[in-house]
Amino acid sequence: MIKKNKIYEGISSILIHVVMYALAIATIMPFVWMLLTSVKDMSDIFVYPPKWLPTNFRFRNYVDAFEAAPFGRFYLNSFLVSATVTIGQLITCSMAAYAFARLKFRGRDLLFYIFLGTMMIPANVTMIPTYMVLSWLGWIDSLNSLIVPGLASAFGTFLLRQFFMTIPRELEEAAFIDGASRIQVLVKVIIPLAKPALATLAIFTFMGVFNDFIWALICINSEELKTVQLGLATFRDKYLTQWDLLMAGSVTATLPILIVFFIAQKYFIQGITLSGMKE
Amino acid sequence: MLFTKNKKYNSIIGKGEALSAIGFLSPTLIIFGTFILFPVIFSFYLSFQKWNSFSWSGSFIGLENYIRMFQSEEFWLVLKNTAIYTIGTVPLNMIISLLVAYGLNKKLAGKKFLRTLFFAPVVVSPVAAALIWRWLYDPNFGLVNYTLGIFGVSPINWLNDPNAAMFALIGMGVWKTFGYNMVLFAAGLNAIPDSYYEAATLDGAGAWSKFWHITIPLLSPTTFFILVMSMIGSFQVFDIVYILTSGGPLGSTKVLVFYVYEYAFKFNGEMGYASAISYFLFAILFILTMAQIKFLKTKVLG
Repeated sequence: MIKKNKIYEGISSILIHVVMYALAIATIMPFVWMLLTSVKDMSDIFVYPPKWLPTNFRFRNYVDAFEAAPFGRFYLNSFLVSATVTIGQLITCSMAAYAFARLKFRGRDLLFYIFLGTMMIPANVTMIPTYMVLSWLGWIDSLNSLIVPGLASAFGTFLLRQFFMTIPRELEEAAFIDGASRIQVLVKVIIPLAKPALATLAIFTFMGVFNDFIWALICINSEELKTVQLGLATFRDKYLTQWDLLMAGSVTATLPILIVFFIAQKYFIQGITLSGMKE
Repeated sequence: MLFTKNKKYNSIIGKGEALSAIGFLSPTLIIFGTFILFPVIFSFYLSFQKWNSFSWSGSFIGLENYIRMFQSEEFWLVLKNTAIYTIGTVPLNMIISLLVAYGLNKKLAGKKFLRTLFFAPVVVSPVAAALIWRWLYDPNFGLVNYTLGIFGVSPINWLNDPNAAMFALIGMGVWKTFGYNMVLFAAGLNAIPDSYYEAATLDGAGAWSKFWHITIPLLSPTTFFILVMSMIGSFQVFDIVYILTSGGPLGSTKVLVFYVYEYAFKFNGEMGYASAISYFLFAILFILTMAQIKFLKTKVLG
């Protein structure tokens, strides 16, 4: 009886391993194929059946891609926008979260619920009037249009507020007795303790902004202001089936985020789990 | 000692708390007021206007935009496409993500590594991911047709055949998002106490019966949450449509947000009409959200 069970367990364990590894390989296959294509010669790309490894590794594709479009410039723009929005959100969300977690004022709970409500409003719904506001401000075709609307976040405020609530008040009280102001308490006591939550927010925001496409598509026209995503999309229109260049460009656009993800995976998972428990 | 400490603390904290709150909240409130609250209201106003983006002025036309929308054949096609995309992606996505999460919950060598791989498509940019899939879907040299060919399927012109393009979109959509739901399911599975399974084992329950009678029912709040969130997400699909098919061929993959984009920004500049479509989308998402809240309330209170 026991022996039979062992055999059964062994077989099912092998089966699970096979299925899971096969699925995992299938999942990352597109990335592998992108990487391989990005270093192939065109003569290795247009062959059937597909050739897995390139005859010669052609790293020049990357040089060609960077010459065909100013990816360096696109990168700079994307980085500038993502970093500014991330830092901005860390500041505004910490401040708002502190107010919701610690200060008593009339209508606080109502305001907080309104905040939560705005989390439910998809940006796609307000796309048109937001575009108009940006245009009245004179920010169309400027990086401001990608930065300023992102400088606050309901999700971020909520995430930090939940975390701040778990920090014992005694720690702040000691600082208040030493004569610290609220801002000082926030910066010197709360923020150092909230590092994991801040890291989660930072990574999520950075990834979201870096990968954002639709806003750049709508707001940016000038070549020198394009982000990586928009640059890549226009690159597609120009080099329809030049897969060597297109895949080199795609690697350029995916690799930084993938590397950040591999290093800071914990925070990605945390962020999602938290978003799932926001009710 | 404790008393005086608290008294001092209270006296400091009691002073001008509302004033501090205004200070702490003002950056967020200004941004929100300008870029969320005002747009939501203004969008509603716009939907009753004939508004041309080239002259930047409008005139009130009542319900005309909405009437035009409901009478437009294209609108119904777009709505149908969005629904097909949702119906095609959401259940498939949920089945795969649940199975993967369930598998990862078992004894498995290299569990963390596997999870990383499953999650990778979620973090990469939709634009780059869709470019990769354009190449995978290439009718002559693409990996998808090659793989299907091994099983005897004749080549399909994925992105240029109106009957196939939606399937191509769904396939990529599932690949791109199932990792996200996998993480949520994994958290849900972890929350089920081991003692339930142990008790069932003692009663002689098999693996399948445990899955069916313990896992599925206890996971239902998570499942419902994922269902609604995935529907909300897939109703707004845009980036991958833009890169993969641009709504074609013959409008077979044109979805709601793409339709809004075309009317407002691509060529027509009809902000009023596009706002009406946006509000219709908003109504759908609002109903879904309300269903979500109601369900969670009955779960918590009930």
